Amino acid sequence: MSQLFPTPNIYDVCIIGSGAGGGTAAKVLTQGGLSVAMLEAGPPLNPGTDFKEHVWPYELPHRGADVGGKARSELNNEFMAPNGFWDIEGEPYTTAPGSTFRWFRSRIEGGRTNHWGRIALRFGPADFKARSRDGMGDDWPITYEEIAPYYDKVESYIGVFGSKENVPNSPDGIFLPPPRPRCTETLVKKACDTLNITCIPSRMAILTKALNGRPPCHYCAQCGRGCMTASNFSSSQVMLPVAQDTGRFTLIANAMAREILLGKDGKAEAVLYIDKATGSEKRIRAKAFVVAASACETARLLLNSRSSVFPDGLANGSGTVGRYLTDSVGSDLAGYFPQLEKVPAHNHDGVGGMHMYMPWWRTGRKNDFLRGYHIEFGGGRNLPSVGSFDGVCQREEGYGASLKQKCRKSYGTVIGFSGRGEMIPNEKSYCELDPSVTDKWGIPVLRFHWQWGDNEIHMAKHMQETFRSIVETAGGTVISRPKPHASLSNGISVGGAIIHELGTARMGNDPKTSVLNRNCQAHDVKNLFVADAAPFVTNPDKNPTLSIMALSWRTSEFLLEQAKKGEL
Amino acid sequence: MSANFVSRRNVLKSLGMGVVAGSVLQVIPLEAAEYAHHMIEVERADPRSGGYTPKFFSPQQYKTLQMLCEAILPEDADSGGAIEAGAPEFIDLLTSENPDYQLKLGGGLTWLHSTCLIRYGKEYLECAPQHQKAILDDIAYRKNELLDPTLSPGVAFFTFLRNLTADGFFTSKIGIEYLGYIGNTFVSDFPGCPPVPDV
Repeated sequence: MSQLFPTPNIYDVCIIGSGAGGGTAAKVLTQGGLSVAMLEAGPPLNPGTDFKEHVWPYELPHRGADVGGKARSELNNEFMAPNGFWDIEGEPYTTAPGSTFRWFRSRIEGGRTNHWGRIALRFGPADFKARSRDGMGDDWPITYEEIAPYYDKVESYIGVFGSKENVPNSPDGIFLPPPRPRCTETLVKKACDTLNITCIPSRMAILTKALNGRPPCHYCAQCGRGCMTASNFSSSQVMLPVAQDTGRFTLIANAMAREILLGKDGKAEAVLYIDKATGSEKRIRAKAFVVAASACETARLLLNSRSSVFPDGLANGSGTVGRYLTDSVGSDLAGYFPQLEKVPAHNHDGVGGMHMYMPWWRTGRKNDFLRGYHIEFGGGRNLPSVGSFDGVCQREEGYGASLKQKCRKSYGTVIGFSGRGEMIPNEKSYCELDPSVTDKWGIPVLRFHWQWGDNEIHMAKHMQETFRSIVETAGGTVISRPKPHASLSNGISVGGAIIHELGTARMGNDPKTSVLNRNCQAHDVKNLFVADAAPFVTNPDKNPTLSIMALSWRTSEFLLEQAKKGEL
Repeated sequence: MSANFVSRRNVLKSLGMGVVAGSVLQVIPLEAAEYAHHMIEVERADPRSGGYTPKFFSPQQYKTLQMLCEAILPEDADSGGAIEAGAPEFIDLLTSENPDYQLKLGGGLTWLHSTCLIRYGKEYLECAPQHQKAILDDIAYRKNELLDPTLSPGVAFFTFLRNLTADGFFTSKIGIEYLGYIGNTFVSDFPGCPPVPDV
């Protein structure tokens, strides 16, 4: 299927990236009648052979710890759906002196939607009006009311469970019924009721009923491994197959985009990419381009697409490509709950993730920081894994039959809490091209600059205090849990570690301060669109993926209209 | 049998190869290679080694590792122990791939070896049970290194080994059964939390 250079084909649209944004665009554009070629920097996905669903740890020689134990306490372990990495051999990134940043990338058909937490939260009306609300950051050029119909479309198509709650600024959606709570969740819910903290069924892109030919969840708790039955959402299993069915879709895998070329007419004309299989450079032409490579990779591609018209990178007349980079504020705490020792052996798995969560419950109240956060929590009688018993070994020490019994007694008694809050963009957090480092394909890499603001530090402190009060109210004891990939000394996560990086090619009405207009179309290049989280103006206390899809759907419909009018 | 382990080690040592064989056998004289192969076969047949040839540790070190793993999580009335769970093989595999583990565990076993020689005039495996217990009691608790800083390497070693042994045991079939984990399977409905007092 891959195109040879020079190709006679000119596609209607070339999409760069196959994740949440790219997959949504592929579905909408092909079903709208356009021919689409998609570049993906990794290999194709084959769920039948690539997924390790229902595999036991003892069926793998490394038990999930991976070669040399490298996955012990890291996010990427042997069980995870393929090709998500903190580090990619030959494809580095750098950090500026004094900055710490981690960048999780995926090189696989479907991108990070193969790995994501499936948490599917709508942004709220106030999230689009940040500056109007508190004077910080900027407003979006669109309102909640404008994007709401696209949330409806996405939820109806992919399937999201949840419940109608009317929580301020955490809008309800079109929901499938939520699963019943686990013991850990009923326990925490009681404490939250006492503390007047809102604790409601979570909202996740996992089917609790059959939908659009996909069977419901079978409750093995292993969404992160990839789902053979496609009962949770991934772009690779839910978006790309329907694009394929139109007969107008061409996936070009192992294709690393190097540069977007500008034509004499001021429009984007072609993408130069590396065919990783041969190392050769190829070119693909299209009438329009949708960049959805993930926020930072998108910024990198634009910055690397230099021409006499755009010496600082394609569509970067404003100089804001790579700027306004944010991640979610993260902080974690774990508690031990003695009453869970009495819970009899039972199947506690459920869906792959939380059945309940706490949306931001203090909207409109006085806080010592701006914006808010939500709380995710989980624990209990999960499938044992490497590292699960570090904590009890550390606490109990010793050895022998008594240690073994203490491990069993403590099994399932720990619940971990994670806050996910809004970061306000600042001038010290951005990415740019490293002036001297390239990847193995010769493409200049990103260099990250990162600094949390005081608001984020105060928010993380509040998270810690809240977690502690929940643990203690629920009759538990706070225990520390090492999280080497995330925790800094003040309890706030390392930038990038929450994997909600966004904002690097933001939307706006003013071409001097933004890259894209209100339709995610480049101010400077009419046939260039961005459809990942790069266009986001704020990074609210809601995980970005659902909004990436809703915005991509809206952008794609706009692109379709333009195509019909002959504007491209 | 232990004499044979030593013989094999001596053969390989005399060939200047260190302790671990593997693909290096291809370049040693045929006669010696045949002998080494023979010794590996003998070792595989030894029920005490479980048919497993260590990838990193010397046979003697591996034997010690097995004993330590079993001491950490032993067989009891409810289940088998760390050896039956395959913890030593798991630890050997990871160590063979990770220089940091090699330093921590290889160094730790060497520390244990020399400390036993100094204290009791014998290596760990040859020590009387009460001496083995005495040294484990010393290195199994962090507070002891505060009283006697010379124990620090042993405490660090044992702390690390305890974590890995727990990994190996509780990710095994018998370990998972011991915990009473139920799941990792297809269910058509999720019933939620069963009735439990205070939960």
